[in-house]
Amino acid sequence: MMEDAIVSSSVKGRKLVIDPVTRVEGHGKVTVHLDAVNKVVGARLHVVEFRGFEKFVQGHPYWEAPMFLQRICGICFVSHHLCGAKALDDMIGVGYAGGKQITETAEKLRRLGHYGQQLQSHVTAYFYLIAPEMLFGIDGPPEQRNVLGLIEANAEMVRRVVALRKWGQEVIVAVLGKRMHGISSVPGGVNSNLDTAARDRLLNGTDDLIGVDTVIDYAQDALRLFYSYHEKNRDMIDNFAVVPALNMSLVDESGNVDYYHGRLRIVDRDKNIVDEMDYHDYLDVFSEATEEWSYMKFPYLKSLGREKGSVRVGPLARVNVTKSYGDDTPLAKAALERFHDYSGGKASDATLHTNWARAIEILHSAEQIRNLLRDPALQGSDLVLSPPEADWTGEGIGVVEAPRGTLLHHYRADREGKITFANMVVATTQNNQVMNRTIASVADAYLSGKETITEGMMNAIEVGIRAYDPCLSCATHAMGQMPLIVSVLDADGKVVDERVR
Amino acid sequence: MNHHAKDYILSHDLPRSAMDPAVMAKRDEKLHVAMIGLCGCWGCTLSFLDMDENLLRLLDRITITRSSFTDVKRIPRRAAIGFIEGGVANEENIETLVHYRENCDVLISVGACAVWGGVPAMRNLVPLEDCLREAYVDSPTRPLQQPPTIPYHEDIPKLTTKVYPLHEVVKIDYFIPGCPPDGQTIFKVLDDLVHGRDFSIPAHINRFD
Ligand code: SF4
Repeated sequence: MMEDAIVSSSVKGRKLVIDPVTRVEGHGKVTVHLDAVNKVVGARLHVVEFRGFEKFVQGHPYWEAPMFLQRICGICFVSHHLCGAKALDDMIGVGYAGGKQITETAEKLRRLGHYGQQLQSHVTAYFYLIAPEMLFGIDGPPEQRNVLGLIEANAEMVRRVVALRKWGQEVIVAVLGKRMHGISSVPGGVNSNLDTAARDRLLNGTDDLIGVDTVIDYAQDALRLFYSYHEKNRDMIDNFAVVPALNMSLVDESGNVDYYHGRLRIVDRDKNIVDEMDYHDYLDVFSEATEEWSYMKFPYLKSLGREKGSVRVGPLARVNVTKSYGDDTPLAKAALERFHDYSGGKASDATLHTNWARAIEILHSAEQIRNLLRDPALQGSDLVLSPPEADWTGEGIGVVEAPRGTLLHHYRADREGKITFANMVVATTQNNQVMNRTIASVADAYLSGKETITEGMMNAIEVGIRAYDPCLSCATHAMGQMPLIVSVLDADGKVVDERVR
Repeated sequence: MNHHAKDYILSHDLPRSAMDPAVMAKRDEKLHVAMIGLCGCWGCTLSFLDMDENLLRLLDRITITRSSFTDVKRIPRRAAIGFIEGGVANEENIETLVHYRENCDVLISVGACAVWGGVPAMRNLVPLEDCLREAYVDSPTRPLQQPPTIPYHEDIPKLTTKVYPLHEVVKIDYFIPGCPPDGQTIFKVLDDLVHGRDFSIPAHINRFD
């Protein structure tokens, strides 16, 4: 239906284009289609790039996968690394599929790196990409809606953000060796423990690094900012792109989020469990549709179909699914209770509450890191399990809760350990349908029937997209088909490649 | 792009709120830096933030115009420095790269993907058709009740057969290796350029992984 409307509108109506979508990771574009009386008849988020990891990882030794598949994404590479590591665990006969767990030290180190990443990733997204609207308004001057504007308006806040993000990155360095694309996990465990010097540096701080108490303080800035913004703009925030969707998250035995491991739970608006599964069964449960106009696929639950069975993942989904955080993260626990009280026992479908949820998770990860840094298990020396060769299964599936939501890697390898198959379903792809619903909702509310359309109204659509903190780099690991009529010229204008297929 | 000029309206050409001229004048006294990620993972772009407090110091001397951190969608005025992550993998990457070359005095390839294609260039070893089949036809999650759909549309760019390093497409002035280069390496380069010093990366901060 929307297809027909878009096609006929292109004859007599107008097409508005956001190219590129900015303050998101990777490349996206939005088109809004208006009919002759300026009514919005359709809106689409186009993912405009692709890379092709599934295919070209084939033939490589299985243990390479977590190293180079993390190059899918520079902001959540720890999640890709861990997802790959969990798949490799399965493959050598250690993982959760075989019922044999990695050691306590190994699991806690993996978690520590993961929470470090969650902290820095959420802080980067929240402050550098999302916060400008909170200070300058959705229709503020485009030149101001960015980190430069934040510095001009509140240099002290940015100084705290820089210090907090740096600390999160240093947690990653302590576990993975460098700030990005490092190595920690190996099949069956990790390659080193946390030495006490690194631990003390993170706990106590140094001349150029804040300590953990300051981290917990700064980590509350995001919530403070959200509360004051919410106070002043309650109607707008609560009613902006309220889009229905199921919520999905990994959960532990008590049904609360577990970022590293658990079962996949899906709940509806009343928080009833719609489905719950061992993620090793994902192929029985999910399908992915493809549209001609985007390289990003549209996953959904087979049992419900695409319209009803599309899920939301990420911070909002996780706080909707989770009942409570543990007593060892008391500040985040209280913040979550406040969120749940506000949404009156229902799952929130309000897109901009995602930023509230992200702020809660910033604090939650800071508190979890503090607890792990104080845990002597991190200095343990029992790091890797090496099962006998006969335990080799040749297949593995890993799932973690990445900052943007549920991430899945699935590999198969032959007897020589060469990868023969790889499939990845990333969080941003899970959110594809919901993001498209969001932009349609915002376009309708802000543009439909308007005589004059402004840049600010179009930015409202981007605000809706940014709430998901989409990683359009992650979403483009799959390859698409294009008849090729592209010439590549070198610096002197000489053709270096020209193909027509 | 893929359209005729009159077929569509770009959001950044629509009427918009004006910036305080005094604040803009202050920014305009600084060196203009434009940044973009092409076919990369955004990691090199994040290394720019990994300059930490040095970034704040540097922002006394430079300002950022078009980039993925700002809503400035085209380079507004000739920039002193263009900072590019990622290689060239589609027609839009080519257009963007040429736009940067035409509007930047100094253009820098940042990171393995920009310098030699990096991990995405691994697809150069595989026939494109095989990749397509893998992702959209043989994908284990494809709904089998429908025929496979393969993206192809006026609103998404065409791909190049291979992934190219930037210098095979336009002239590049400087190269910073690494996957990604560290924040301190990027700071050293920008600080040199801002102060008109010779570009140099000391061995202890130069990396290739
Ligand atoms: S060089 Fe490495 S860090 Fe930089 S964009 Fe490429 S894969 Fe990412």
